[in-house]
Amino acid sequence: MFAIDYHDHGTPAPAAAGAPVTLEIDGQAISVPAGTSLMRAAALAGIAVPKLCATDTLNAFGSCRLCLVEIEGRKGYPASCTTLAEAGMKVHTQSQNLSRLRRGVIELYVSDHPLECATCAADGHCELQSMAAQVGVTESAYAPGAVHRPLEVDRSNPYFQFDPQLCIVCSRCVRACDDIQGTFALTVQGRGFDSKIVASQAQPFLQSECVSCGACVESCPTAALSEKSLTVGRPRTHAVTTTCAYCGVGCSLTAEVGGTSDAPQVVRMVPNRTGHANHGHACVKGRFAYGYAVHPDRQLKPLIRAHITDPWQEVSWEAAIAHAAREIRRIQARYGRDAVGGITSSRCTNEETFLVQKLVRAAFGTNNVDTCARVCHSPTGYGLKSTLGESAGTQAFTSVTEADVILVIGANPTDGHPVFASQMKRRLRQGAKLIVIDPRAIGLVRSPHIEADLHLQLRPGTNVAVLNALAHVIVTEGLTREPYVAERCEQPSYQRWKAFVSEARNAPEALAEVTGVAPELVRRAARLYATGGNGAIYYGLGVTEHSQGSTAVMALANLAMATGNLGREGVGVNPLRGQNNVQGSCDMGSFPHEFSGYRHVSDPQVRGLFEQAWGVSLDPEPGLRIPNMFEAALDGTFRGMYVQGEDFVQSDPDTHHVTSAMAAMECVIVQDLFLNETAKFAHVFLPGSSFLEKDGTFTNAERRISRIRRVMPPRAGYADWEVTMLLARALGYPMDYHHPSEIMDEIARLTPTFTAVSYEKLDRLGSIQWPCNEAAPEGTPTMHVGQFVRGKGRFFTTEYVPTSERVNGRFPLILTTGRILSQYNVGAQTRRTDNVVWHAEDVLEIHPHDAEARGIADGDWVGLTSRTGETVLRAQVSERIAPGVVYTTFHFPQTQANVVTTENSDWATNCPEYKVTAVQVVRITQAEAWRTRAAQERSAARPRDAAHA
Amino acid sequence: MNIELLVKMANEISEFFASESPPARAAEDVAQHLRSFWEPRMRRQIIAHVRATGGAGLSELARHGIESLAAAEPEPV
Ligand code: SF4
Ligand code: SF4
Ligand code: SF4
Ligand code: FES
Repeated sequence: MFAIDYHDHGTPAPAAAGAPVTLEIDGQAISVPAGTSLMRAAALAGIAVPKLCATDTLNAFGSCRLCLVEIEGRKGYPASCTTLAEAGMKVHTQSQNLSRLRRGVIELYVSDHPLECATCAADGHCELQSMAAQVGVTESAYAPGAVHRPLEVDRSNPYFQFDPQLCIVCSRCVRACDDIQGTFALTVQGRGFDSKIVASQAQPFLQSECVSCGACVESCPTAALSEKSLTVGRPRTHAVTTTCAYCGVGCSLTAEVGGTSDAPQVVRMVPNRTGHANHGHACVKGRFAYGYAVHPDRQLKPLIRAHITDPWQEVSWEAAIAHAAREIRRIQARYGRDAVGGITSSRCTNEETFLVQKLVRAAFGTNNVDTCARVCHSPTGYGLKSTLGESAGTQAFTSVTEADVILVIGANPTDGHPVFASQMKRRLRQGAKLIVIDPRAIGLVRSPHIEADLHLQLRPGTNVAVLNALAHVIVTEGLTREPYVAERCEQPSYQRWKAFVSEARNAPEALAEVTGVAPELVRRAARLYATGGNGAIYYGLGVTEHSQGSTAVMALANLAMATGNLGREGVGVNPLRGQNNVQGSCDMGSFPHEFSGYRHVSDPQVRGLFEQAWGVSLDPEPGLRIPNMFEAALDGTFRGMYVQGEDFVQSDPDTHHVTSAMAAMECVIVQDLFLNETAKFAHVFLPGSSFLEKDGTFTNAERRISRIRRVMPPRAGYADWEVTMLLARALGYPMDYHHPSEIMDEIARLTPTFTAVSYEKLDRLGSIQWPCNEAAPEGTPTMHVGQFVRGKGRFFTTEYVPTSERVNGRFPLILTTGRILSQYNVGAQTRRTDNVVWHAEDVLEIHPHDAEARGIADGDWVGLTSRTGETVLRAQVSERIAPGVVYTTFHFPQTQANVVTTENSDWATNCPEYKVTAVQVVRITQAEAWRTRAAQERSAARPRDAAHA
Repeated sequence: MNIELLVKMANEISEFFASESPPARAAEDVAQHLRSFWEPRMRRQIIAHVRATGGAGLSELARHGIESLAAAEPEPV
């Protein structure tokens, strides 16, 4: 069932809209693009043709025969969903004959359908019910006949249920699963009266291949597939369009709201069919896992304490804010202005992030502000800015529909960015070629109707070597696009790069031993990418979270420039961002060295602009980055911090080091939904607000700015941006915004890539991709068209430097980390939802050879040890991972996967090297005893920290 | 801050510029990177380290880069 505020057009708009054709429907003239169905044309003219098997997210199927129409001069009754509009047609959607035919169809459906509408979840929104009313059928003329009852309801999925008795076998669900989601979990089994919908091998949904995206539920015309939240009879009063707060795809969602005006409740969340990023699709997280917002673990009262060993004390907002401000000033008076700082969050809105960095720079008077993007995509900013001139992905998601060769490196889109992955899979099913460069056989390597043409299963930590080898082949085999490069790139840098990659030591054969990839595979991949048509690169944290993360991003940009794969649809270099607002938090000036719009703090002109607007003088020096803050804390020169919406004690690498640093702080102010791991080291806790409780904007991986809209009042009394304002005022730097739109107005005034952005325009256009300014008043879907933002594209030589993290006798395996579909990041939200049915703990994937050598069987407890720490988790023996490599996720605090990751980081940005840690794995029998011992050892400070404590 | 870590970071930065920059410019590129991204107390500390030890643990390019940085920075207090 689609959103209550949505008007279905029956069939999708034609993919390639042709010239307009004018026709007449029920006497009304209408012009539509050629390729439009009669049903859609009628809907556009405000005429609803009865229908059941059609809906506008799916191609017409023509099975229910309800949408018949009459066309003057033609015989019979063609189905309007499968008949295309033609110039001069005269169409009639109502006649006695049509009514009779439609009644017949509906009576047949109704004869086998329980007529308990009043108690049904879909009552009032069921298409069968409304069609029956439209054609005047109240009960079946055929009843009582053979009926499909009683049949058991499948309630295995935690969020939705399947009641076969309500199913009219329209196959919308099957087509949604195939065409929209690309999972192919559903089929119509049997024929005629016996036909029925089954999941996988007629299994319960939960045990089937279903990934719980909800596409089938959204497209079902009846309550056969229905959200459980609807089945408990919670009425919906209105709908609010907002944006998912999970991943960087940034799906537009419609929150259907019920409850009372004092206590509104989200009854269900539906993908927005007009959403520009997702086009009516969502995944299990955005669609269903929003219950954390009302979870009892939410901390709704401010708390303070003098020492982190003291119990928390509940206080008023006023007391908490006053205490926090006093502490910040006390620390600054005692240890210096730069002894404090702040962290912005990629889970908060652009406006909130902008305010936190403004607070730190203007009210604290220091540039010690950083963001969690430090630990994921900071190398993207550095690498793309250096080469192309802008710290952002180059394309819109829809660009993938024009790609001929898709190169996915260090990303796992089906799990990390599922809705974009569905778009990508659709393109792959249409025949685009796929190259996967990843140590692990990610979902895309082999899935229904998709097989990677090439999988380069490299050793973790050798991205740059593989990318240099690809470049070597492209250059030495003469596959570069010389006219493009000559016109658009800096020649000296190009010549230097060419000479560098041509060196024999960069040949795939020479690097094979290092990378573990067969040279022939590298050669084929290079040829395919360079000559296969539009080549599009998609990458993720498997590229950035390395000691050479920035180098690898530059190497990708080099490849794209050399082959002319930038500056139009279908190509590009595209970072898949982790958290929903990673792009936005970077754009908003969260990095210590730059203001919003990526302008260095040392630039006197830019600084002058901010000084004038903010009425203070600003520091021209870069501030501390997150890892530097920890170092400075251990040094005693950094003592206070304001952390909005981040949990770096769980998410950042080398947990022992982080916790020693945090324990050395005098005042940590944590603002969050939950008392998270970082709050264990906090002195002030300020309750945060979820995305349902505030207005604002998020910016997704395609630079798309989308609105989030308040559905309910902030549960703790204030939205996050208001809390920052309270703190600013208490520090003697009042900020005076009445609504986040005013913050956006300030961002627009101060940021050249945002000058034409406003809430009014966002409401009008739905979303905007920056740059949005005088030159591009409606935004910029594709960047670098005609020329690069920096003028001429700049090549960088990218020498491969092996990480210092090497395997040895003691730690013979390489650990690499990732994420899975149902959980999100540190899991603070998803762990507090029913998503745990799919993934209740982190597991360690280990190749059968490595498992056997250690006597490890699937499901055994294993100890995972590195030079920085140890932890315990269950083994999953799997061939997805190569021998010598193990893999885990870090969604659960119990696992503490980051206890074992190290202090290594990207040379340019200090983005941690999560993806490569030398480890040993042993089978253990006493998991608890191991855990306790590890915890005890952990509490004894290690030499590196002790030396600086 | 942990000087070994700063030394390691400086060495990694110079490893990049060693291959990327023309030799005559490499030290200045390292210095410029440190100026742009290292907070003053980190810069002060690595400069002090070079002054005190002659650059123990640092690659030659890293040391040159830091010397070039030091030449343009005020004396540490
Ligand atoms: S479950 Fe719903 S969408 Fe699927 S065939 Fe039955 S009625 Fe149609
Ligand atoms: S929820 Fe998604 S994956 Fe599962 S059956 Fe429905 S469409 Fe397919
Ligand atoms: S794909 Fe990402 S943005 Fe879309 S619903 Fe899922 S988690 Fe939310
Ligand atoms: S809606 Fe056209 S045949 Fe079903």
